[in-house]
Parts: sequence; structure tokens; C-alpha cells
Amino acid sequence: MSWVLDNLDLIWALTVDHLRQSAIAVVVAFVVALPVGWAAFRYTRLRGTLLTVVGLLYTIPSFALFPLLTVFFGIPLLSEANLVVALAIYGVAIMTRSVTDGLASVDEVTRSAAVAVGFGAWRRFWTVDFPLAGPVILAGLRVTAMSTISLATVGTLIGVQNLGYLFTNGSQRRIVAEVLAGVIAVVVIAVLVDVALLLLGRALMPWTRRIAAPRWDRVRWAVHA
Amino acid sequence: MNLLADAFAWIFSPARLEGSLTLPMAIAQHLAFTFGSVAIAAVIAIPLGWLIGHTGRGREVAVILSGAARALPALGLVVLLVMVAGVNLKTEAAVTVFVILAIPSILAGAYAGIEAIDRTVIDAGRAMGMTEWQILFRIEMPLGLSLLIGGLRSATLQVVATVTIAAYVGLGGLGFFMIQGLNTRDFTEILGASIVVVALALVLDGLFALLARFAVPRTTGPRVRPRQTEPAPAAAAVPQTSH
Repeated sequence: MSWVLDNLDLIWALTVDHLRQSAIAVVVAFVVALPVGWAAFRYTRLRGTLLTVVGLLYTIPSFALFPLLTVFFGIPLLSEANLVVALAIYGVAIMTRSVTDGLASVDEVTRSAAVAVGFGAWRRFWTVDFPLAGPVILAGLRVTAMSTISLATVGTLIGVQNLGYLFTNGSQRRIVAEVLAGVIAVVVIAVLVDVALLLLGRALMPWTRRIAAPRWDRVRWAVHA
Repeated sequence: MNLLADAFAWIFSPARLEGSLTLPMAIAQHLAFTFGSVAIAAVIAIPLGWLIGHTGRGREVAVILSGAARALPALGLVVLLVMVAGVNLKTEAAVTVFVILAIPSILAGAYAGIEAIDRTVIDAGRAMGMTEWQILFRIEMPLGLSLLIGGLRSATLQVVATVTIAAYVGLGGLGFFMIQGLNTRDFTEILGASIVVVALALVLDGLFALLARFAVPRTTGPRVRPRQTEPAPAAAAVPQTSH
């Protein structure tokens, strides 16, 4: 405990670094996954292949991805950019499927109604498809944010400063409290970010608030009954 | 691309069969850790997942626990447990972490598999007078198999990745070469070992895809296409690499 109190400044600085790296990766992943997920939804023939290829990215172990990025994209091995790009790639792998699933969850009748009222493709996507796909996309975004925050700690192995530093430094100096503080800090900020995203979702999608737990099976039942 | 050529030369160099840790030995260690941990996790998580799926109770707790487990940093846990348990028990400590990380995916696969079954099928079984055990073993287990295999697949890939990182505490496996390469600034060694790790992960992923294809029961009689409905929220929320 005394170690934590003596090193609050260090923990805080590392937390800020950690959040910056994670936030950039998640935002990039979201921006990339949106069109890719849309394409997988729109072009049904591509869907299986596209989702499989994107899913394969997720199977690459993180530590092994860093040197591959160096070889294929020329990103220096021991750099923050390398970590952020790797995290963004994993984010895309998780998010793309959520975007496709989310768009597929939008009722076809609603979509047709928007077309009938005269919505163009662009406007329909942003005002009908995207908001209605919101809950499923948000679920994917929350998973992405959480796993990105915990995965970012691996960056310490390639010399990137973030909360993972507490693991390697604590291991070398044999300070259990330091490593424990790192684990707890990572879990706490992951949970805080998750709650923040949940609240953001409620603010942006007020219609989801009425259904406490969205059990789609029951919802569909009610519609067709 | 010279770097890649060097890396492949590193992999196939005769020197990989000599020294304190040979490449085949590292692969064997890596696989032993992976399969051992996933097997222990499966023994714990599958019955629990089936219980949750069959009774429909405890699902919320399982969802929260799986979510929390996702936030756990693997490297930190390995380092922490090895430090607490002591160097003599470092293998046991590391395996404990691998098991903890593998459980949520398997648990989710087990109960989501049962939840995804059309309720009318289970009700039909009950109407025919099947006991709860018969419903579990003859309906829910076989029909839930594909999502369960999906869960085992995610867990396996997660553990392969974590074993790589665990080389930091001197556990051996393929991560050993990567840590050694980082310390000696030998990029060829890092890249070579990475390629082997990625190949291993892709091969395991492919094996699970094959397993899912052959192990899942086919319906007899006229070919019935699987229900094409909206993705179940449970499946959508769990990032499984593929189904």
C-alpha cells in the first residue's frame, strides 16, 4: 500500500499514457470497422469471406503481431505507433462483426419504409440503419474498449510506457504491490470506460432505456404475436 | 522482404535443433501449456455452462464474470501469480492464469449453445416424456455443440497468445525466443519465432473449424436449413473469431 501512495504520480502518468494509446486505437478501429462491417452486410456474397479474414486477424497473438507490423508496414518495432496499430487491428477484428450483426438486426420493414419515404442511401444509413443498429454496435464497442485496455499492457514488452510498465518494473524489482497496483488500475479503468460507454449509449439511444435487458427473442415474439 | 527471408532461414536453420531450448521443444512446450490449460478450464467450465444453460439460472452472474475477465491483463496476472507463488511453483502459477483466462469463453460457449436452441425442440422433448438428463444429453448437448466448440476455439487462441507473453517469466515456449531476441536486439530471432507462433495459432484455428464442421450433428430426413434468424445477442456480444 505504501508503494502505491509513494508512487501516485507515476501511476497517474502511466494511466494517462495508457488511456491515450487505447483511445486512439479504439477510435481508429471504430472508424475502420464501420465501412468494412457495412460492406460485409451490404454485399452478402462477400460477407462470409470478409468476416472470416477479419476474424483471422484476431487469432494472431499480440506479442507476435508487433514484429510482423515492422516487416510489412515499416513501423519501428519498439515504438508506441506499433502498439497502437496492433491494438487498432484487434479492435477492427472485434468491431466489424458487431457492425454487420447490428445492421442485420434492423427490421427490414423499417428499412423499406425509409426507402419508401424517399431517404437516399447515405441519409438512410445515418438516420435509420446506424441508430437502430446502435445497441449491438455499442455492445461490440464496449468489448473492444475493454480488451484494448487490458491488451495494451503487452506494449511494455516492446518498451512502450503505459500501465504495463508496472508489471515489468515490479517483476524486476520484486515489488508485489507494484504489479498488483498495475493489475487493479487496468481493471478499474477498463470498468470505468465500460460504464462511461454504457451511459453514453443510454444518452444517445434513449429508446433502449425502456427495455431493461434487451432479450431480442422475447421482443420479436411480442411484435409477431 | 529480406527480413522475412532471414526469419525463415532462422526457423529452418540446423542451429534450432541445438542449444538450451530447441525449436521443436519450444513448440511442444507451447502446445502442452495450451492444451493442458484449456483441458482443465473445460472440465470446470463446460458442466457449469450446461447447468446455466439448462436451468437458465445464473446467466447474469456468468455474463458479468466473463466481462470482468476480459479486462484482466494477462501479463500482469502471470507476473503477479508467479511472484506470489514463488519461482518453484511458477509453472503451476502460470497454468492457473491460463485456466482463468480460458474459462469465460468456454463457459459462454456452453451456455450460449443451449440458449440458442429453438425452445420448441426442448419442449417437444419434454412433452415426449424425456427426463431432464435425457433433455440435456440428447437434445441440448448435441445441438449446442457448435457454439461450445466456438468457445473452446476462442479459449485456445487466447491461451496460445498468453503463453507467448508468459515467456517473460521464464516459462519457455515460443515466446522464449522473442524475449531473448528483444534482449539481444536480434530482430531475425523475434520475427522467426513470431512467424512460428502465428502459424501455430492459425493451424489450431483451422483444426477447430474442421472439428466444428464434422462434430456437429446433422439433422436426418429432408435437409433442414438452420434457422436463419437475427444473431442471438449472446453470440453477438461474445467476440468469437467465427462460428
